[in-house]
Amino acid sequence: MRVAMFVTCVNDAMFPDTGKATMAILRRLGVDVEFPLEQSCCGQPHYNSGYQDEALPLLHRFVRAFADVDLIVSPSGSCVSMVHEYYPSLAAKSGDAVLQADVEAIVPRTLELSQMLVDRLGVVDVGAYFPHTVTYHPACHGLRMLDLGDRYPRLLTAVDGLELLDLPDAAECCGFGGTFALKNADTSAAMVNTKVDNILDSGAHVLATSDNSCLLNIGGALVRRTQAMRFMHVAEILATTKAGGDDWRLTLPALATADA
Amino acid sequence: MSGPTGPVVWADVAPFPQAAKQQLAKTEQRETLRRVTHQIRDKRASVVGERDDWQELRLAGEAIKNRTLRHLDTYLEQAEAALTAAGVTVHWAVDADHANRIIHALVSETGETEVVKIKSMATMEIGINEYLKKRGITAIETDLAELIVQMDHDRPSHILVPAIHKNRSEIREVFDEHMPGTPDDLSDEPAELAGQARRHLRETFLRAKVAISGANFVIAETGTLCIVESEGNGRMCLTLPDTLISVVGIEKVLPTFADLEVFLQLLPRSSTGERMNPYTSLWTGVTPGDGPQNQHVVLVDNGRTKVLADTVGRQALRCIRCSACLNVCPVYERTGGHAYGSVYPGPIGAILTPQLRGMDDAVDRALPFASSLCGACYEVCPVRINIPQVLTHLRGKAVEHDRAHHHHLLERVAFKAATAGFNNPNIYGVGLAVGLPSAHAAAGKDGIHWLPFVGGRWTRSRDVLPPPKQSFRQWWKKQPGGGS
Repeated sequence: MRVAMFVTCVNDAMFPDTGKATMAILRRLGVDVEFPLEQSCCGQPHYNSGYQDEALPLLHRFVRAFADVDLIVSPSGSCVSMVHEYYPSLAAKSGDAVLQADVEAIVPRTLELSQMLVDRLGVVDVGAYFPHTVTYHPACHGLRMLDLGDRYPRLLTAVDGLELLDLPDAAECCGFGGTFALKNADTSAAMVNTKVDNILDSGAHVLATSDNSCLLNIGGALVRRTQAMRFMHVAEILATTKAGGDDWRLTLPALATADA
Repeated sequence: MSGPTGPVVWADVAPFPQAAKQQLAKTEQRETLRRVTHQIRDKRASVVGERDDWQELRLAGEAIKNRTLRHLDTYLEQAEAALTAAGVTVHWAVDADHANRIIHALVSETGETEVVKIKSMATMEIGINEYLKKRGITAIETDLAELIVQMDHDRPSHILVPAIHKNRSEIREVFDEHMPGTPDDLSDEPAELAGQARRHLRETFLRAKVAISGANFVIAETGTLCIVESEGNGRMCLTLPDTLISVVGIEKVLPTFADLEVFLQLLPRSSTGERMNPYTSLWTGVTPGDGPQNQHVVLVDNGRTKVLADTVGRQALRCIRCSACLNVCPVYERTGGHAYGSVYPGPIGAILTPQLRGMDDAVDRALPFASSLCGACYEVCPVRINIPQVLTHLRGKAVEHDRAHHHHLLERVAFKAATAGFNNPNIYGVGLAVGLPSAHAAAGKDGIHWLPFVGGRWTRSRDVLPPPKQSFRQWWKKQPGGGS
């Protein structure tokens, strides 16, 4: 079975460690992961801003980039939900029957990282070690469009040494929303300020989230209030082990084999 | 500040971003909104959580509404026939002005200069109170919160709790100033305020000869109208006056009486967070010697058939006006209803208002963008209106409008360029390889605290995080076996 990672443009450019972590976790679980370089952006920023025609070429690119693999795994619920929720109607609107068929085939093969781990691989304890207090912000699209539920909290709870602390009003949006943060900057700021208050109230030392676009927003607001708190994608916690620490940030870990 | 006039949207309103900014500055209002929306939100969650068939109920509500909308012409004609047979005169109104003229003529025939009203979104939408007032007829709201808003010459800011933006001491002041017979020593205890309102309203009910209502549901097979309420003021209006004029949007029809089973479960739990609302009134035409003997139903289109023609947007017509989407919306919670400039605020308003009115005005074009697309609204909607889907659909229409009118040139160029860049590995890959190291160097390890122009909207409240030295793909290419 061929598995590829869709890293997403935000992670590629701003959070490369999340891509490395995703690779590391899967390789440690014996899954060899490819990275087709043809991939770029899923088109969600365009689509959600009303530029649906401009999103279409990026849909074509996505389909081409991942045409040959069996599974596509991504550490972004938001980008995966773009594929699931809006690619089919976008393809239908284009009137291109081939594209429609390609999209129909690719949607069920596109998984968010926690779906891959918990549902496909049946793993909750990925062998990670992270001796810190952590609070978790469930990103909206993963939570509501993909119904990820408690997959990430379960994965985090299973991490050796990790103490998961409640985030008040966890499911409330952080106020990012792509261009919403610019078009409705004042409302967005009011939202992220509440989120930061709640994060600080949690008492945790580390904020983990399932989508780094939220971190662009929450992280950017958090550093205005404190320099003492770390924030990262859940994948980066799950990739960290007792033996290897976070060496995965430097080099790709070896692929685990059945007899290893 | 210029804005559209006429029904649905109020005159003198600014587009959402500016209007929201004004509302966000009202700290006391924000505290009240936060407290009340969270109270109703939690109550709803708890009574919805009691039902293990809630998702099935939602699916049933969606299916019944979809079937009705597919055959709307048939059900409306069936409803007209059944209402007529029950002794009700049915009127058809193309738009708000048409409806107002019909209602005014009906009130004029009675010779009355005062009418009592049951809280109704349809009558708010057509602006009947203002229309009658200009013609010497006073329409008195009898729902307590609606009355408070009316007395204070304010605007409702919520579909269910129109005075949500006022706290109890503000309400006491409104009573003190505007309600005849208010004692000087009235406290701001809710029970005392309600007692005073009751005394005042009783007198109004007893002298009223004409009532104007809306309707939550109209049953096509029987010609039955249904109103769901909490205070009993509706029951008074429906039984005491001689003339009853019910103003009903054409999407309110339900095929059969049995369909109420689904909606009378969905509505109260979603709306007030109650298992059952205190007063449910059902009436089928005129009963000789009992209740209003002169009954009229005005069926209002006012843009609804236009919405029905839009295959994505038509789901908004399933709305049963429960306001659950307002109570869970993180945007509404902070800005309140007035920022939306419409009688329909919140997420449902953001998709309903621009569809009913069209996209010619900047106020309407801004509404689909008044959302972070978090999806909390869709999650609670009892008839499963996919509000984020309609929002993005309407954003597309707003951009089409801009394109045709040569607005927002820079934004359009930026998105076109972004597509070209993302769609070209040379631009994207090389851009990251060349751009990131310099961005990394420029931002330093602390990120960027200040940006000019549009970027300032970001840096006013957050930093730009420091970009990495190297993109993921740069790193990948250097790994053993990388570059695949």
